[in-house]
Amino acid sequence: MMDATRIRSLLHALGLFVVLAFALFPFYWMVTSSLKDQTELLASPPVWFFHPTLANYMDIFADTKVTAAVVNSLIVAVSTTLLSVVLGTPAAYALARFEFRGKADLWFWFISNRMISPIVLALPVYLLSRQVGLLNTHLVLVLIYLTFNLPIVVWICTDQFRSIPPDLEQSARLEGASQFDIFWRIYLPLGLPGVAVSAIFAFIFSWNELLYALVLITSQGLKTAPVVATNFMSGYELPWGKIMATGTVIVLPVTIFAMLVSRHMIRGLTMGATK
Amino acid sequence: MTSIPQSLSPRSAPAEIGGARRHHPGYSRWTPFFFLAPAVLALFSIGIYPTLFAIATSFRRYNITRRADQQDGFPFVGFDNYIAVLHDRGFWDSLLLTGKFYLSVVPLQIVLGLVIALMLHRPGWGLLRAITRVSLVVPLATTYAVVGLIGRLVFNRDFGVANQFMSWVGISSSDWLGNPTGAFVAIVVMDVWQWTPFVALIFLAGLSMVPVEIEEAARLETKSPWALLRHVQLPYMLPGLTAVLILRSADVLKLFDTVFVMTRGGPGTATDLISIYVQRVGFKVFDLGLASAQAILLLILTIVLSRLYIHIFYREIE
Repeated sequence: MMDATRIRSLLHALGLFVVLAFALFPFYWMVTSSLKDQTELLASPPVWFFHPTLANYMDIFADTKVTAAVVNSLIVAVSTTLLSVVLGTPAAYALARFEFRGKADLWFWFISNRMISPIVLALPVYLLSRQVGLLNTHLVLVLIYLTFNLPIVVWICTDQFRSIPPDLEQSARLEGASQFDIFWRIYLPLGLPGVAVSAIFAFIFSWNELLYALVLITSQGLKTAPVVATNFMSGYELPWGKIMATGTVIVLPVTIFAMLVSRHMIRGLTMGATK
Repeated sequence: MTSIPQSLSPRSAPAEIGGARRHHPGYSRWTPFFFLAPAVLALFSIGIYPTLFAIATSFRRYNITRRADQQDGFPFVGFDNYIAVLHDRGFWDSLLLTGKFYLSVVPLQIVLGLVIALMLHRPGWGLLRAITRVSLVVPLATTYAVVGLIGRLVFNRDFGVANQFMSWVGISSSDWLGNPTGAFVAIVVMDVWQWTPFVALIFLAGLSMVPVEIEEAARLETKSPWALLRHVQLPYMLPGLTAVLILRSADVLKLFDTVFVMTRGGPGTATDLISIYVQRVGFKVFDLGLASAQAILLLILTIVLSRLYIHIFYREIE
C-alpha cells in the first residue's frame, strides 16, 4: 500500500511530464511532419508512426529560395545584433554609473520602446523608406530592428554593469585610465555575461520578426526566412512537408541554442518582473 | 533638480560620496553624454522621426492609390481621419475583440503558469524538473510566424491532430479555422501554448525569492499548501503578476505574426485583432491617413500602458 506522500510525489512527476509534453508537442509535431511524405501528412486521422524521410529537406534546399532566405535572415540578424551591442553597451554604462539630469526619463524612454507595437512604426517607416529608396534593402531591416533590440541591450546591460563593483572604476581612474578605457577594459569584459544574454535576445527577436520584413521587403531575393515560410501558404494544395521542413530549419537552431543557454534566457526574460 | 542618489542601489553610492552633487569627481558632466549619444541618436531618428511623420500623415488625406490625393499633394484635413476612426465600427469591434482575446488568454495563462511554477518549485524529481524548466524556453524561442504555420496544420479540418485529440474524448471533428468560434479558440490555444511558459517562469522567479528559512518555518507551522501559498508565497509573486498583466496587454496589442499566418483575421472578422486590422487598412486599402490615425491612437494606448508598467516597476531608479 502506498502512503499519501508517495502518491503526491507520483502525481508531481506525472504533472511535470504533462507540462513537458505540452511545451514540446507543437515543436515535436512540426519536426515529425517535416519527416513525413505527402500521403502520411494528409492521412486522416493523423499517423504517429511512419518511415521518416528527408525528401522534404532535399526539396527545399534544391530550391535556392529557402537557402537565400536563411542567408538573408542571418545577415540581417547578425548585423542588427552587432549594431545594437555597439550602440547599446556605452549607453548602458552611462545609465549604470553616471548621474545626470533626465536620467530617469531617458531610462523610461528606452524601456517604453519595448511596448510599442510594430504596426505603429511599420506604416511611416514604409512611407519614409519608399521616399529615400531604402525599401527592399537589408539596411532598412537592420535599422528598424534597432527599435526593439537597443532597449533590450540597454536594459539588460545596465542591470549587469550596476553589479560591477565601482571601486574598480575608482582605482583605475586614480591610475590615469581614460573614461573609455574604463568602459572598454573593465565594464565590457566583466559585464560580458549580460552583454552576451542581450545579444542572444537581439538575435532571436530579429531572426523571428515577420511584420516589418513582410511590408518593407517585396523583392523575392531579399526576403527573410519567416516571410518565405509564410509565402508557402497560398494556392489550393499546400505543400505541408516543405512548409514544416522550412519551419524546422528556421526554428530548430534557435531553440537548441536557447535551451543550451536557458538559464541566461530565463534570467533575461523574468528580469524586471520580480524586482 | 539634480538627481537624488538615495534610491540608488548602495553599491553605486561611492560616486556621490563627499557631498559632490554638482561637481562629479573624476569625470566631466559631458562624459555620460558621449556614451549615450550614439544610442539616443539612433533610436531617436529611427523611432521618433517616423512617429512624427505618422502624426503628420494622420492629419492628411493620404491614399497613395488615389490619383486625386496625389495631385492635391495629400491635402490637410485636420482631425477628419481621427473622427473617421472613432466613428468606425470596424476599429471598435477590433479593439473589443482584442480585449476579449486578452481576457481569454491571460486568466488561462495565469492559472496554468501558477500550477507549473509550483510544480517546478516543489522539491523532488530534480532531473525531470530541470528538463521541464529547460523545455519551457522552446515555445518562447519559436518564431511566431512558424507558430502560426503549426497552428494551421494542427487545426486542419481534414488531417489536423486537434480533431484526433477531440475524438479521443468523444467530440466529433470540426472545421476549426473555418468557423468563427473555432478560429478564435485556435488562436487562443496557440497563444496559451506560446506564452504560458513566460508566465510560469516569472512566477517561478517570484517563488525562488521566498527566503528558504521562512518557507521552511511556514511548512512546519502548517500542513496546508493553500495556507503556504496564500500567506507566504503569494506576496512574493504579486509583482510578477502585475508584470504579467501589463506586459501581456502590450503583447496582445502587438500580436500580429501568429494570427496573420493562421487566419488573416478571418473567417469574417472573427480573429481580426487590432494589429491585423490596422495592417489591412494601411497595406491593403492603402488609406495611410486613416491607418496613421489608427496607429497614433494605438500608440497613445500603448504609452499609457507602458507608463503604468514603468510607474509600478521602475520606481527604484528614479
